[in-house]
Amino acid sequence: MKTTGKVTGIVSNLVTVEVNGPVSQNELCYITVGDTKLMAEVIKVNGKSAAVQVFESTRGLKNGNDVEFEDKMLEATLGPGLLSSSYDGLQNDLTTMTGVFLKRGEYTNPLNHEKLWDYTPIAKPGDKVVAADWLGEVKEGWLPHKIMVPFSFKGEYTVKSVVEAGQYNIEKVVAVLTDASGEDVEVKMYQKWPVKVAIKGYKEKPRPSRIMETGVRVIDTLNPIAEGGTGFIPGPFGCGKTVLQHAIAKQGDAEVIVMAACGERANEVVEIFTEFPELIDPHTGRHLMERTTIICNTSNMPVAAREASVYTAMTICEYYRAMGLKVLLLADSTSRWAQALREMSNRMEELPGADAFPVDLSAIISAFYARAGMVVLNNGQTGSVTFIGTVSPAGGNLKEPVTESTKKAARCFYALEQNRADQKRYPAVNPIDSYSKYLEYPEIREHLSEKVRPGWVEMVEKAKNIIRKGKDANDQINILGDDGVPMSYHELFWKSELVDFVILQQDAFDAIDALCPLERQSYMLELVLGICDKEFTFEDYEQCRNFFKETINLLRQMNYSEFHSEKFENYKEKLNTLLSNGN
Amino acid sequence: MATKAFQKIYTQLEAITKATVALRAQGISNDELAVVDGRLAQVVKTKGDLVTLQVFSGTEGIPTNAEVTFLGVPPTLKVSDELAGRFFDAYGKPLDGGPEVEGTEVQIGGPSVNPYKRRQPSQIIPTGIAGIDLNNTLVSGQKIPFFADPDQPYNNVMAQVALRADVDKIILGGMGLTNDDYLYFKHEFEAAGALDKIISFVNTTEQPPVERLLIPDMALTAAEYFAVEKNEKVLVLLTDMTLYADALSIVSNRMDQIPSKDSMPGSLYSDLAKIYEKAVQLPAGGSITIIAVTTLNDGDITHAIPDNTGYITEGQLFLRADPDSGKVIIDPFRSLSRLKQLVQGKQTRKDHSQVMNASVRLYADAQNAKTKLENGFDLSDYDLRCLDYAKAYATRILAIDVNIKIDEMLDTAWELFGTYFTKAETGIKQEFIDQYWKGN
Repeated sequence: MKTTGKVTGIVSNLVTVEVNGPVSQNELCYITVGDTKLMAEVIKVNGKSAAVQVFESTRGLKNGNDVEFEDKMLEATLGPGLLSSSYDGLQNDLTTMTGVFLKRGEYTNPLNHEKLWDYTPIAKPGDKVVAADWLGEVKEGWLPHKIMVPFSFKGEYTVKSVVEAGQYNIEKVVAVLTDASGEDVEVKMYQKWPVKVAIKGYKEKPRPSRIMETGVRVIDTLNPIAEGGTGFIPGPFGCGKTVLQHAIAKQGDAEVIVMAACGERANEVVEIFTEFPELIDPHTGRHLMERTTIICNTSNMPVAAREASVYTAMTICEYYRAMGLKVLLLADSTSRWAQALREMSNRMEELPGADAFPVDLSAIISAFYARAGMVVLNNGQTGSVTFIGTVSPAGGNLKEPVTESTKKAARCFYALEQNRADQKRYPAVNPIDSYSKYLEYPEIREHLSEKVRPGWVEMVEKAKNIIRKGKDANDQINILGDDGVPMSYHELFWKSELVDFVILQQDAFDAIDALCPLERQSYMLELVLGICDKEFTFEDYEQCRNFFKETINLLRQMNYSEFHSEKFENYKEKLNTLLSNGN
Repeated sequence: MATKAFQKIYTQLEAITKATVALRAQGISNDELAVVDGRLAQVVKTKGDLVTLQVFSGTEGIPTNAEVTFLGVPPTLKVSDELAGRFFDAYGKPLDGGPEVEGTEVQIGGPSVNPYKRRQPSQIIPTGIAGIDLNNTLVSGQKIPFFADPDQPYNNVMAQVALRADVDKIILGGMGLTNDDYLYFKHEFEAAGALDKIISFVNTTEQPPVERLLIPDMALTAAEYFAVEKNEKVLVLLTDMTLYADALSIVSNRMDQIPSKDSMPGSLYSDLAKIYEKAVQLPAGGSITIIAVTTLNDGDITHAIPDNTGYITEGQLFLRADPDSGKVIIDPFRSLSRLKQLVQGKQTRKDHSQVMNASVRLYADAQNAKTKLENGFDLSDYDLRCLDYAKAYATRILAIDVNIKIDEMLDTAWELFGTYFTKAETGIKQEFIDQYWKGN
């Protein structure tokens, strides 16, 4: 029999319930208000009293309202049809909801249960299988979607029977398995999994050893992220966090991309809804939407569902990873998720940690980042979840709990800087403070020299050094004045400006410059470093400035031109002339 | 608020704070309204049968034996076309001596639009102010605040923008408006002959602060009526959101909640987002655009109120006095319209975004030159040209008293480029240089 209860207290979306039986932490329940039922999750139990966070507005809720507990946690439904879908934080399909406004208590099916899929079995009767082993395959658009032994299955099973290839809907029993005790269990094309629990079902989780191309120069060239790696982008508002994330979503070299819009602006999601079905994935030529799933819990949607949204997104990523795919998760913004935790902790009157955030914030964040990674599946194939989150630090100050906790968990740090944004130097990633720990991995360095060119990492380090030296020189120029420093300072400064304008800056709204493949990045970096290697003899700093301005201008025009096109080569020619004439 | 027959009357308050009262009562629903000693109040918390009410007009003089009745409904507004041209208080009661509005009674603070059903904003809202149209173009369905110190003429600029904007309805939500400013708005709207398309919900500084909490929801409920039911383009003006947030912190403080940054409630972000996210482009053609004011303390945008606002809104317009030109300008560095690329170069000329970026970058160079000058260094020829440019740019583009068409703004910028710079110094794409360059 299900546990039931009655509402005894309400503060905003925190409701206390007097229960008549056992309840578990994170268990789901439904509260009846009039003719609708509101979904809620247990977040604290004290004696007979359970505190639940309601995933909807609690307006009109009364003490004494009936509550029914479900004996399960919040689950994601996993099966063919996830791709190209748009969900809210609880995995309700937003596209099948009726009406322009969201209706309280309206829950829609994440997957279409009627649609027929082309199914081909992989496993054969007699095969020994464990959780996450592949039983069959469905063509989900272009993607070979594996139907797996449900992750919740424990121990070894023997395949008793499988259906033959054919068209089925997801309710079809595609295999019958026999467990160790001889009991038969049916497997359908979909399964459910509690979102707050990481999906295992792989053999090992090695260190990432390849990089994931994003087409963004400040990332790929300066601080690359690994396939299966983690990174985060903190920055004050207006510094281009979302533009940068969207750029990565458009160009990232991944097979599946899950975008979690977590407590951010609805219009930003509308941009994805509008553009992604039109835009073309540069790696495959297919529409971007065909590889994208959107989890959208915007800032005006219920706060508790916002917290759930990042977990729902991660669960879907892990599901595709188990198929041996390269998955990228982008969450914007993890600060909103942390704030949702803060709001609940506050209402429960817990003793607060720094800035009123819950004391276990750091642990929650690192546990979440730990779910990303490259894995070796039971069949020896690899799959990966790469995770990049944005952080919105209060007041733009990076010394705040969410940024600090995330810094401990993530391996790449892309610091967006107000000053660079003010000067419209986009993407406003600070080249000196940002880092990628992956550049220290010997296996990644080796991979880069093979993939890009020998000695690539040394070239990158050299470029970083030029920026650092340029900054020092500029500080000196600002203190001592243009005439108070030797010419070499001006030269150093302008060489760093060259790297800045040509390599670091990139126009996300220009069709050509927006996407810069590694090959092109390597070409341009070589060109720029070649100029930086030259020793010049300028007569005065005006001449130095003019020379570099001219050089920067030509190189930027190259950035705007199709790679190796006639236009591109023309600018290159002009550049060569300038370089041989000048000094 | 008339009480209904046979309604239970409570007469025993258990606790009174400056903003809330608590009493024992049964069958009370969350968010419902009550009348405490003749004043409107709302349920904010129940714990067992102990109910906490937030009293909008404050609790001064409320006795422990005050009469309390519950109304069974959350705050509502009657919506119909009759709203047009009227002035109301925070409760939706007429301030102008006119009759009560007849219409459908709807709960304020209603549900959100399904993000999937929204449309992408795509219509420019020209204002004639170049600091806005050129650098920070507004788009219908956008939400954007003015960030300004209290001494800046933000209400005047907002009134100007509203009256020049091509919209069907303008809805003013005034929170803690001084009486003078209230009369100013009234006068401006009357003088423009635009009263019939304007609806105002006003709480002045003379009225209790907690009442302000109702204003944005009232204004936006009216806006949703016209945008959703009538497919109209609605512009909502909210001034001053800082005073709204202050009222939030008063209530949460009285309810003993743990404050987060700058003694604001931990839910400030969600509270503000609920309001601003009402801005929308609807599939049937109606839209709600929100222009708000967030007053700053000495330009400090790191304070929790402007900070949270900046993360929610689609940019901000930063007003400041510019000593060089002697004008109030829209600061090009700290201002931003996040939706500008949806219309720039699409509804405006192709060179728009490049001209904008180049002009701001050169203005930044002028700031560097200024720093050099202040530090007593010699200026190069380029520095001097930058300084001259900056002054002209501030006067002819950034100043809020500019009122020209967008093409003129672009032409003005090209004229300035040609006067002060070489082609390479602007760094603009060659095709635009070829087409628009003025001068050598």
